[in-house]
Amino acid sequence: MKIKIVTFFAMIIVGFLQAQTVEVCKDCTYKTFSDGVKAAKDFDTLIIKKGTYKEYNILVDKPLTIIGENYPVIDGELKGEIITIVSDSVTVDGLFIINVGTSYTEDYAAIRVKRSMYFVIQNVVLEKLFFGIYIEKSQYGKIFHNKIIGDAVEEYNSGNGIQLWYSKNVEIEHNFVQHVRDGIYLEFSDDCLIKNNVSTLNIRYGLHFMFSNDDVYQDNTFENNGAGVAVMFSKRIKMYNNIFKENWGTASYGLLLKEINDAEITGNSFEDNTIGINIEGSNRINYKHNDFINNGWAIKVKGACYTNSFTENNFLYNSFDIAYNSNVNDNVFDKNYWSNYTGYDLNKNGIGDIPYRPVKLFSYIVNRTPETIILLRSLFIDIIDFSEKVSPVFTPDNLLDNNPKMKRIEW
Amino acid sequence: MLKILKYSFYDLMRSRWSYVYFAFYLLLGIVLLFLNNDLSKAVITLMNVIIVLVPLIGTIFGVMYYYNSKEFTELLLAQPLKRSSIFLGQYLGVAISLSMSLILGLGLPFIFYGLFMSSAIWDFSLLLITGTFLTFIFTALAFNIALSNENKIKGFGYAILLWLFLAIIYDGIFLMSLIMFEDYPLDKLSLIGTMLNPIDLSRTLILLKLDISALLGYTGAVFKQFFGTNFGLVVSIGMLAVWVILPVFRIVFKAKKKDF
Repeated sequence: MKIKIVTFFAMIIVGFLQAQTVEVCKDCTYKTFSDGVKAAKDFDTLIIKKGTYKEYNILVDKPLTIIGENYPVIDGELKGEIITIVSDSVTVDGLFIINVGTSYTEDYAAIRVKRSMYFVIQNVVLEKLFFGIYIEKSQYGKIFHNKIIGDAVEEYNSGNGIQLWYSKNVEIEHNFVQHVRDGIYLEFSDDCLIKNNVSTLNIRYGLHFMFSNDDVYQDNTFENNGAGVAVMFSKRIKMYNNIFKENWGTASYGLLLKEINDAEITGNSFEDNTIGINIEGSNRINYKHNDFINNGWAIKVKGACYTNSFTENNFLYNSFDIAYNSNVNDNVFDKNYWSNYTGYDLNKNGIGDIPYRPVKLFSYIVNRTPETIILLRSLFIDIIDFSEKVSPVFTPDNLLDNNPKMKRIEW
Repeated sequence: MLKILKYSFYDLMRSRWSYVYFAFYLLLGIVLLFLNNDLSKAVITLMNVIIVLVPLIGTIFGVMYYYNSKEFTELLLAQPLKRSSIFLGQYLGVAISLSMSLILGLGLPFIFYGLFMSSAIWDFSLLLITGTFLTFIFTALAFNIALSNENKIKGFGYAILLWLFLAIIYDGIFLMSLIMFEDYPLDKLSLIGTMLNPIDLSRTLILLKLDISALLGYTGAVFKQFFGTNFGLVVSIGMLAVWVILPVFRIVFKAKKKDF
């Protein structure tokens, strides 16, 4: 066994020692990308010089470092997939890839990584694409500093910007994704880190998880998407310091949680969304230090959500703070700041003396009969909300914040 | 008629109440704009004020004016004048002076704030248009009540009741019926329910023009499909006009038959 490992490393070292540079350009020995790949040996560096290369179905089947000089254009002429990587340790750097083919039977991607490890895809610009970067059954890769600008109009005939399928330990950082179906999509992908990305103007979701566990996403910005982030059927997802902004429309939300357990949602800011967070069937989630500003609904809780805790969040100027559709409550609201709080603090300890009830009667009624929303901002509604506040009958009795803060919480 | 209108109008313009009313809106506009710094938010808050206050002031002021100028009216009736022109003149005098207070009071601060540069100008003009309609509707209703009741106290009582009904109780009944029939498709019912009450109609018209309409979800989409089209807008403006015309006809009709 030991000998095997030693020989393996020896081979790699030898490979590196022998690594050479292969150049591809109009006047070089190798005039096309594919020829360059064929000519290169394992662990060589392939340099693509500036120019336009009309190629598709480029198969990279050996460990190579592919570097584009001054962003050479790889034009797929809408014929199919452009680069397919099937080898470990491939680096792609600095290419400008356009015109990926559209197909209803196959997911053509600009760059596809298949069953490989240690891949790096960086500084790549993708335009006019179907799928952008598609990682399939691969591990320990890095997708860094790419720019993906699609022109998707409808959901059924567009692809995702970055898609991970059965992949593990992938880092997705500093990418900029725009105008595709899902900005970043993870399916069956565990232990991934998604950091500092900007995902905007996508048709469906900015970021989408399906059956993916133990992932972290932080410091991302999701703006103006069909819906900001959808996290579905996943466990132990950590969501830190993200910005969810202006996901505004009749069926839009900042964050959708569906069948999520044991997640952490900390330090995020939800601003100007129709629904800040839409929660369904999610348990044991900690919400802490989040800002909910100017949303239609800050949090909409649908059925089957137990043992969630909402502590030290700021709820500022939302039309409805919480919507709740049952009168059983097992979730904890504590030490939040609510801009709609009208209580007082006689002993000046910064905590209001009377509890705050975040669920208004009207939001309860709207949940039951959605058509009643047309009475929004009617004087009658204000009156019944007030009387419900004084003596709750319909809204859950124990759904209250016993220690509402008097001032906005800073952290 | 024009002479009586002119007389009523100048009479009201000279009275303290018009100035108070004007000053109130001026102050409201200034405070809202300079505390809020956001035109479209200010429009929403103004809407809340307008759909409650304008009908109330319109009814109370209408009834009050009628009872106050009763002696003068009787004097006029002794002259060779058409009855309809006497009462219509008075009605228009009150309604126009109230609308002027509203439009100038709110318009001036907004113009100074730079309304013409802003995209909120259409929302704002819609607000003023519905406000004016509401003034005309509720003043007409008030004149109806006053004409039908010799007793001042009764007249005031009915006027307040009318306002209470349209501004609050109607919504309550509407809400109850929506909840009762929640198993049935309610789009049409809610649409008709809104059309029948001028206050609800104005509120919906303004809300749909604002960003906040996304909150209305599916129902909002149905409403937007209706009110968003030119047809819907024409129908709803027509509905408001009907709310003006019918009471005015009744004023004319009632005034002709009434014994003084």
